[in-house]
Amino acid sequence: MSGRHSKHLGFPPGRGTLVLTGAVALLALPYVLSTYHLGLVVQMMIFALFAMSLDLLIGYGGMPSLGHAAFFGISAYTTGLLALRLGLNVWLALPAGVILAALIAMLFGVLALRTRGSYFLMITLALSQVAWGIAFGWRSLTGGDDGLPDVPRPTLGLHFPWSLADSISFYYFTLLLVAIATFLLVGIVASPFGYALRGIRESETRMLALGYNVWRYKFAAFVLAAIFAGLAGCLYAYYNRFVSPDYLHVARSAEVLLMVILGGAGTLIGPAVGAVLIVLLENVVSAYTERWLLLLGIIYVLVSLFAPNGLIGLLRDRLPWQDTP
Amino acid sequence: MTFWIIQTLNGVSFGMLLFLLAAGLSLIFGLMKVLNLTHGSFYLLGGYVGLAVLHLSGSFVLAVLAGSFAIAAVGIIIERFFLRRLHLQELPQALLTFGFLFIFSDLATVIWGTNPQTIPKPAMLEGALQVGGFFYPYYRLFIIALGLIIAGALWWLQDGTRLGAMLRASVDDEEVARALGINVSLLFTLVFGFGAFLAALGGVMGGPIVGVYPGADFDVMLLGFVVVIIGGLGSLKGALIGGLAVGLLDNFGKVFFPELALFTIFAPMAVILALRPAGLFGRE
Repeated sequence: MSGRHSKHLGFPPGRGTLVLTGAVALLALPYVLSTYHLGLVVQMMIFALFAMSLDLLIGYGGMPSLGHAAFFGISAYTTGLLALRLGLNVWLALPAGVILAALIAMLFGVLALRTRGSYFLMITLALSQVAWGIAFGWRSLTGGDDGLPDVPRPTLGLHFPWSLADSISFYYFTLLLVAIATFLLVGIVASPFGYALRGIRESETRMLALGYNVWRYKFAAFVLAAIFAGLAGCLYAYYNRFVSPDYLHVARSAEVLLMVILGGAGTLIGPAVGAVLIVLLENVVSAYTERWLLLLGIIYVLVSLFAPNGLIGLLRDRLPWQDTP
Repeated sequence: MTFWIIQTLNGVSFGMLLFLLAAGLSLIFGLMKVLNLTHGSFYLLGGYVGLAVLHLSGSFVLAVLAGSFAIAAVGIIIERFFLRRLHLQELPQALLTFGFLFIFSDLATVIWGTNPQTIPKPAMLEGALQVGGFFYPYYRLFIIALGLIIAGALWWLQDGTRLGAMLRASVDDEEVARALGINVSLLFTLVFGFGAFLAALGGVMGGPIVGVYPGADFDVMLLGFVVVIIGGLGSLKGALIGGLAVGLLDNFGKVFFPELALFTIFAPMAVILALRPAGLFGRE
């Protein structure tokens, strides 16, 4: 693997081997792991996708969003409601969730993209809280803070013989969708569009001078990120068989932000690693203590002070490969 | 008519509490460019410390002073030993202040439990003002008066004193202010501590009407942000007008549209954002 080639895909050299080994391992996991652990891996994949989608904004576009959970939650609610109330199958419920997330992102994007920096953080936070307020307050539709219980696991319908209700087939279903989404994301960041985003992150004025329509690029990135977050949200609704206002709370937006920063913004692999670590830690720690929030708070503080460039940033000095252009 | 007067006064008194919160948020942002997500914790911790001191001493005045000054000290420690190291790095700052929000929130449930509590009103301010057939609680009137006094004091501080002039200079251009010999670093600590002081003051004063409960930190933080988004970050006038606006919207929203209470605050915020991204009194 040439170093130059790897630069374009956001993965270190030897990635072909790595990806292949990873793929084989992921395919074989259901034969090795217990149902509980398999569920844990499903969560990791879902949150890895969620974190990578936010990274498109933060790491590539330089747009620090603190409201990304809005799209995760809106999509989860849409899918959950359609599956639960109208009995729609996954072919309709899942795209509907993703599309609604994209539409809301267009609305939020128009408002939020007039600002940048800390102001952008605050406005995305406030807008996502509007969505939370609706989910929390509109009891007749969303069930308020009781949430939506008993969301059915997806069935393929259309006379396919398989159900996705058991944990192994749901695992493969998630793996397939997350894999496709990851390939798309890798393609996006390696495309001219991805490089224009990096340019905007470094200097908006310069990109404007070069004749780029900066706003349009940022808007497109914002909506794309919402689409991938929406896909993660749908999957999580199906996985948990439950949707609650917590899905779009600022605490979840902050958690996915932590995953991105912990792993390393500006690479796709970093946020995925961050997501895996946080999901793992939460499950391990919650088994032993009720003070998970306290520990999580301490992790936030430690990451902000000692690893603001993430684990990838800490490793970067010690490894031969470089990622960010 | 009585209904409208009472509900308006309720909104205004809650708006004054939001002003106390937002004034600090706004000052901190204006000077340090920090989005302080711990601000709601300062409010909540102020309420809890005030309650504890009230139980110990029986004095409301002492509770207010202890709550405000203790939390001001917490704010100074956070600024001096943590936030300072992340100057102008907005994402790490957001993570740091969000981390403290979680830490304080969890510690508060360990120390004070999860049951909502109310701070008893001081005996002097029990009862209600009666004008003809119209009654209104003294305590809420007192909050309105206190809010106005603090707003006046902040104005004088900002526009009439040497400290205020130094503050305005540093907000406008930190580099030049440093070059002129202004101790900007000390100003940062003072402003952050003072912001924490005001938020905690709001927490103790709000205790008798809003209560002290787990989750209040998140609730008031979000309302505080809406206030500064509407009013404009870095503007004292914006914090006051925005606070009153959000207080009124919140109150009438809860009265008329209980299912969509938050929406009545956020929808106007979205409109203002669309028309004036920097807020009513903010500078681009």
